Amino acid sequence: MHPCRADTHAPHSTVTETPVITTSGLTKVYRSRGREITALDGVDLHVREGEVYGVIGQSGAGKSSLIRCVNLLERPTSGTVTVDGQDLTALAGRGPRAGRELRAARSRIGMVFQHFNLLSSRTVQDNVELPLEILGMSGKERSRKALELLDLVGLSDKAKAYPAQLSGGQKQRVGIARALAGDPKVLLSDEATSALDPQTTRSILQLLRDLNRRLGLTVLLITHEMDVVKTVCDSAALMERGRIAESGTVAELLATPGSRLASALFPVSGEASGEDRTVVDVTFHGDAATRPVVSELARTYNIDISILGAAMDTVGGRQVGRMRIELPGRYEDNVVPIGFLREQGLQIDVPGQEPALVKEGAE
Amino acid sequence: MTWSEMQPLLSQASWDTLYMVGWSTLIAIVGGLPLGVLLVLTDRGGLLQNVVANKVIGQVVNIARSMPFIILMVALMGFTRSVTGTTIGREAAIVPLAVGAIPFFARLVETAVREVDGGLVEAVQAMGGNTWTVVRKVLVPESLPSLISSTTTTIVALIGYSAMAGTVGAGGLGDIAIRYGYQRFETELMWVTVAVLAVVISVIQFAGDYAARALHRRGGRSGAAPRLRLLKDGRTGAPAAGTADGASGTAAAEVRKAA
Repeated sequence: MHPCRADTHAPHSTVTETPVITTSGLTKVYRSRGREITALDGVDLHVREGEVYGVIGQSGAGKSSLIRCVNLLERPTSGTVTVDGQDLTALAGRGPRAGRELRAARSRIGMVFQHFNLLSSRTVQDNVELPLEILGMSGKERSRKALELLDLVGLSDKAKAYPAQLSGGQKQRVGIARALAGDPKVLLSDEATSALDPQTTRSILQLLRDLNRRLGLTVLLITHEMDVVKTVCDSAALMERGRIAESGTVAELLATPGSRLASALFPVSGEASGEDRTVVDVTFHGDAATRPVVSELARTYNIDISILGAAMDTVGGRQVGRMRIELPGRYEDNVVPIGFLREQGLQIDVPGQEPALVKEGAE
Repeated sequence: MTWSEMQPLLSQASWDTLYMVGWSTLIAIVGGLPLGVLLVLTDRGGLLQNVVANKVIGQVVNIARSMPFIILMVALMGFTRSVTGTTIGREAAIVPLAVGAIPFFARLVETAVREVDGGLVEAVQAMGGNTWTVVRKVLVPESLPSLISSTTTTIVALIGYSAMAGTVGAGGLGDIAIRYGYQRFETELMWVTVAVLAVVISVIQFAGDYAARALHRRGGRSGAAPRLRLLKDGRTGAPAAGTADGASGTAAAEVRKAA
């Protein structure tokens, strides 16, 4: 489908088990005129080194507050944020201003924004040099580094242009180059692709994925687009009303029965074509996914299987996804084939059958 | 009165006006720019949020702005004497002109700086920049076109104020227009003075607009970004130059009244 998709999930993953971003009990309450709005309600987030972690949720779910709490642009009301072994909440300093240590820590965390936030009064190169100026780097070094970064994001020919002369995708590339100027270990992406068209979104995600692989960069991104998570993320979390509703690696989420994130990532649809037919959702993950179970099923029980819908992807060389198949006969007639599928280590859901009913049927 | 009689009067008066307006503009920028930036920074949701300081500065600025210039000049005589050693002459007029222009310019700076996209401030904070970096690298350079328009407006307003400086014997174009043109019924000289003022103001306005527009065009504006995460209360929409142009229009009207 998308030629880029296969190699974005190239098997040489950089993920290690070392936690890079950890939040625990993160709470943010906004007070305005006596009213209290809880934006974050005890968020525990664990992002491992080298992974692309996506936080998805609707607007108002608290994603923005979350990512801003990670580099303390927003000061959490309570809870701790640890980035690369450093407890940032302990560095906080007084009042709304950031102390020297916190500012030093921030310079090691890159951030890209939905609206790019480039200075219109500066050229592309000067924009990339800005964080280096803040770091106190000399002029010659700055321009060398800036050109190197622009080359990395494929914009070396635009160094002297002003942001107003660039397209959205190019602006975001400049934003990414700027975010990488301090050689960060962590990149925060605040809806970086939400203002871009689908094709540009793909190329920016591709770039993020590429940087993640080449530099071992850990990326925490927030988005409201499921496609973004599906394209680049190793792990994902679903945010709702200030809480993490579900989280885990894509494979873990798939393995969780009834995971909403999994069904949103791999949506299947299709209605039974008749009364006396059984619809079964098969979720592939782990070792079982490599075996041709559908044809095994057909051969073993000599039944005709129709595929109503499927959402499959190859992650790390393994097939992952869900498939909706239809078996002839009512549910009661299909207990044995369904049992066979379960034995193969596949996760089976029968739509329309309440879990209690499934149990009854099994008995 | 013949042209040869008018000419030395006019050139001396023009020079006096330029001298007073030039120095007081310089002082107004030096004093008003930090004050205007401070008004934004100390405001609710600003980087140096301090409601008390904001209210105090705002109130001082309001009082100073509400004072008619002629009254300000008289009220400040003691201060003027302590600064310049005299209360008459060009140097003495610069003091009240500057004091009057500082709050005027500060308000214009405040408006211009508020127009800066809060996202840019956030970006620099995320890079590890402190408040001073934000002011130096973002607020001032990004609002530069508007700041230039504000300066133009201030200069034009100061030319208007300087017409009253004749009261303290500071000379200037306004002074000769009143003394010769009005009190000695030299109507011709008065009209010539008015014409000179009109030309001077037009030239300044044109130069200012040109500079502001050139800067604005170079940078362009980075699209409709959501403003004011940090700088709340700012107006969205209308480009900064538009506001400043409106203000300079008002100021020009004031000047016409004064002249």
